[in-house]
Amino acid sequence: MRISTFFYTIKQGFVNIVRNKWFSLASIATISACLFLFGIFYAILVNFQHIVKTAEEGVSVTVFFDEELSDDKIRAIGEQIQKRVEVRDVKFISDDEAWDEFKAEYLGEYGDAGFTENPLEGSNSYEIYLNDVTMQSALVTWLESVDGVRQVNRSEITANALGGINVLIGYVSLGIIFILLAVSVFLISNTVMIGISVRKEEINIMKYIGATDFFVRSPFVIEGILIGLLGSIVPLVSIYYIYTNVIVYIGERFQILSGLLNFLPVEEIYATLLPVSVGIGVGIGFLGSIVTVRKHLKV
Amino acid sequence: MAQAGKRKARKGSAEAKDIIVLDQVSKSYSTGAPALNGVSIKIRRGEFVFIVGDSGSGKSTLIKLLLRELVPTSGSVWVNGEDVARLKHRKIPKFRRNLGIVFQDFRLLKDRNVYENVAFAQRIVQVPNREIKKNVPAILSTVGLAGKYKAKPKQLSGGEQQRVALARALINKPAILLADEPTGNLDPKNSWEIMKLLEEINEKGTTVLVVTHNREIVNAMKKRVVTMKKGVIVSDEKEGGYIDED
Ligand SMILES: Nc1ncnc2c1ncn2[C@@H]1O[C@H](COP(=O)(O)OP(=O)(O)OP(=O)(O)O)[C@@H](O)[C@H]1O
Ligand SMILES: [Mg+2]
Repeated sequence: MRISTFFYTIKQGFVNIVRNKWFSLASIATISACLFLFGIFYAILVNFQHIVKTAEEGVSVTVFFDEELSDDKIRAIGEQIQKRVEVRDVKFISDDEAWDEFKAEYLGEYGDAGFTENPLEGSNSYEIYLNDVTMQSALVTWLESVDGVRQVNRSEITANALGGINVLIGYVSLGIIFILLAVSVFLISNTVMIGISVRKEEINIMKYIGATDFFVRSPFVIEGILIGLLGSIVPLVSIYYIYTNVIVYIGERFQILSGLLNFLPVEEIYATLLPVSVGIGVGIGFLGSIVTVRKHLKV
Repeated sequence: MAQAGKRKARKGSAEAKDIIVLDQVSKSYSTGAPALNGVSIKIRRGEFVFIVGDSGSGKSTLIKLLLRELVPTSGSVWVNGEDVARLKHRKIPKFRRNLGIVFQDFRLLKDRNVYENVAFAQRIVQVPNREIKKNVPAILSTVGLAGKYKAKPKQLSGGEQQRVALARALINKPAILLADEPTGNLDPKNSWEIMKLLEEINEKGTTVLVVTHNREIVNAMKKRVVTMKKGVIVSDEKEGGYIDED
């Protein structure tokens, strides 16, 4: 294709949108709504995942041993634990460390509260961090069966609840987005179809003069793509604005939660959201128009 | 395949002098009597031919067959060396670029100005912009419309609109110009001017086929006249006149 033909076609795509402005606007608005919801869901979802992941990383199983168990035995068990697939990291906490930590956390200015010896003597333990919280039960069952293990502490409720919510949010948002996408394709298709019927006469003239199918069709496809593109810009800009303000607001309002809620930076969200949104917008614009043009523009 | 190609080539070259050849062409629409019934005609390159006849005698049907808007029910239509009925769908646009077409109702693009309407024919064949800028004014002055580039079709008289249509039909230098009642909506003065333009175009080598009801012009111009009636050719005269009904 020649450069001038290329620009001519793009220009005609714009002309189509302007001439058909109310339907174009309706289509742009629907795509915007769709991608807006998509963006919001996406931002919530990835933040939720991020928060859950941070929380999960803190989820640990603690194993205590029979007091008389030798250091060698404890070390051997530690090696066994390390080999398990569920395990991401294992930390050995000696009884002295445990006491120091306890003192720092709960006694503070009271120092050693009058203890001269370590009251946690013999409370050596392993703190086990998991690859995936859902694997916790299996690990705990195994740990309890190991010889020399006195007690296993776990945090079961959080683990299951977090995993479940995660999956649910994923499915619900996927469903809603899918419905909205279908509506958008339908609307774009309608817009292009109306454009075609309004320009039936003009299309006929083009054909008399010897315009190829491609030449007659491409402005309509460009129209669809432009609608998709415009439809993706609006939500991207507004979500950027909303997101940056909301995380600042939450950060200021709920300082207590600041340890729990650490949001992803907007750049990290947009590294994925921007190309995906533009891709979806352009994709449904292209799809909606090409299908319609092929069906209703038999040149 | 190779054989078919050879046969086609032979037919094309044997009829190089005849740019349009209809052989026993019939065309029936889904309803009613056939619009064309066994029409055979040869038109030589560079000829000027009037096609006349009653309303409903099949003149427009004939033009549509030449354009490949319709395909014949039987018989063959050769235009510019192409067997039109066998033309593949994707080759139709290229085929039509050898034809300039003018209608009674002008068929201009309403929302584009004179310049764009004429330039449009060149955009279709991907002529670069800088050449379009030279060609459009040249052809507009040929049809006597220099200086109205920016007018929209609505702002032009019927005669002016038909000149725009004519300019658009001619800008790609077609081998054949087909005009279906080009003066049907024009007053006598404009009709004459359009006909004179068609004659000039013909003198420069383009084959011109004009369907018309304009008795006075046909009688005055002394061209070949093909008369149709109820789907058949009833007379074909070298320097003919308009045959009166009854
Ligand atoms: N699309 C169509 N479907 C059915 N019949 C048609 C169609 N087009 C034309 N006809 C019929 O075919 C016959 C020839 O029509 P055509 O348009 O070729 O006549 P014409 O000579 O151009 O007439 P006019 O001088 O009024 O333009 C007419 O009887 C007409 O009713
Ligand atoms: Mg007619």
